[in-house]
Amino acid sequence: MLTECFLSPIKGTVFLQNWFCFSSEFSIPSGDKVEVLDFWASPFCARVKIALEEKGVKHVDREEHDLFGGKSELLLKSNPIHQKVPVLLHNDRPLAESAIIVSYIDEAWPSNPLLPAIVYDRAQARFWADYIDKKVFEAGRNIWASNGEEREVATRDFIEVLKHLEEALGDKDYFGGDAFGYVDIIAIPHSAWFLAYEKLGAFKVEDHAPKISAWIKKCLQRESVAKVLPDPEKVYQFVLYFRKMSGLD
Amino acid sequence: MAKDYGEVKLFGVVGSPFVRRVQIALELKGVKYTFIEEDLKNKSDLLLKYNPIHKKVPVLVHNGKPLAESLVIIEYIDEIWRNHPFLPQEPYDRALARFWSKFIDEKCLPPISKASFTACKEERDKGTEESLEALEFLENELKHKFFGGETIGIVDIAAGFIAFWLPAIEEAVGLKILTHEKFPKLSKWSEEYTNHVVVKENLPQRDKVVGFFKARYASIINASK
Repeated sequence: MLTECFLSPIKGTVFLQNWFCFSSEFSIPSGDKVEVLDFWASPFCARVKIALEEKGVKHVDREEHDLFGGKSELLLKSNPIHQKVPVLLHNDRPLAESAIIVSYIDEAWPSNPLLPAIVYDRAQARFWADYIDKKVFEAGRNIWASNGEEREVATRDFIEVLKHLEEALGDKDYFGGDAFGYVDIIAIPHSAWFLAYEKLGAFKVEDHAPKISAWIKKCLQRESVAKVLPDPEKVYQFVLYFRKMSGLD
Repeated sequence: MAKDYGEVKLFGVVGSPFVRRVQIALELKGVKYTFIEEDLKNKSDLLLKYNPIHKKVPVLVHNGKPLAESLVIIEYIDEIWRNHPFLPQEPYDRALARFWSKFIDEKCLPPISKASFTACKEERDKGTEESLEALEFLENELKHKFFGGETIGIVDIAAGFIAFWLPAIEEAVGLKILTHEKFPKLSKWSEEYTNHVVVKENLPQRDKVVGFFKARYASIINASK
C-alpha cells in the first residue's frame, strides 16, 4: 500500500520522459474535468475528496486497486516523482501532495474559502498543516508497525502529538475558528485511523485529548466528512491484514 | 523600498540555510528587519516561547506575532509585501512552485545529508545515488534563468541549499554530486543564484561553512571508530 507516508518511490521505474506532466506548458483549460487517483484507506486521498465536496466540485475517483506492484499507468505517468496517491487531475493537469492539492482546490474554486482571510492566520494554518503532515501519520504508523517496548514508546510519542493538536485547537469549534476549514480538512481524515492506533496502543484518544475527541465528533456530522471517511473498523482490519503480510504478527 | 508594515525580527544563526532563505526573502523585498542571533546550544527563552513546537530557527516575529518553518514564513512575507512576488499568479503554477519547494526539502536535503554525514560507507553510497536521482528531477524542471522565471522565486530560495551549501559539503567531505557534466543547467543556475546582487550579500562566509562541515564529518567518522 503506497499512500503518501508509506514507502519511498519504486526505484528503476522513474518515468523521466514523462516528467513533463508537471510542466506548466499545458494550455489554460476550459470546462471542468476533475479526477482523483485514490485509495479508500488513505487519509491523504480523503483530504482531497473532502475539499472537493466542500467546494461542491463534481469529481470522479479512480481507485488504485493494487498499490504494491500493479500501479496504474495513469498514476505512474501523472506522479512520476513520488508514484503515490492522491493525484488530482484537473482537466488532465496533474498535481500531487495532498496539502498542496487542497490549497490548489481552494484557489481554483475560490468561493467558500477554506483558508482564513487574514494573512497571519493563513500562515498559521499552513504551519499546522505542515505539522500534521510531518507528525500524525508517521507517529501512528510507529504504533501499528511495531511490537512490545517499541510500541509503548511509539504510543507515548503519538499522545504527545495529540496534545500539541489539543492545544492548537483550544476552545475553538474548529482549528480555524468558527468555520470548518483548511486545517480541519488536513487533520480530520487521520481520525479514521485512530481506532487502529487505540486498539494496538491500548489507549483512548478521548482520555488524552478530549477537545480533539469532541472536534472529531463535530466534523463527522459534516456531510463532506461523513461521505468521504472510511469506517474506522474497516481501517483497523486493513492495518491488521497489513501487519500480517509484513510479518509483524 | 518595501512598505513599512511594522516591526520585523528574525531569530536565527548565520550558517543556517533555512534562516538564510528567510533573510534573502526579506532582502529581495527590501524589508527592514532586526536579526537576532541565537546560540543553538543555549536557546533563548524568547525563541522557545515563539517556537514551542519545533524549538528551531528561523522564527519571524512580525509586530510581536511569531511564525516558524521557512517555507511558511516565505509565503507569509510574499503575501504581506507584494513587490517582487515569489509565487506565480495562476493557481496551477503556484501549486507547482509549492510542490518543488517541498520536493527540495523532502527529497534532496535528506539524501545529501545521508551521502555526507553518515559513518557507514554503504549508507553514504546509497545517499549519493538518491541525491543524484533527486537532482535529475530538478535539472529537468529548470527551463529559464531561475526556477521562478526571469526573477528569483520561492523554489530558487528553497534551492539555495543546493547552490551554496551542497558545494561546501562536497569540498568538506570529498563528495562529487553537483557536477557540470551531469547537471549543466543546475550548475549554471547555482552560479547565477549565488552571484545575484542580493543573494551574495546574504550568504555566510564559505570558508567558515566548509570548516563547519569538515568538523561535523570528522566527529561522525571518529564516533564510529
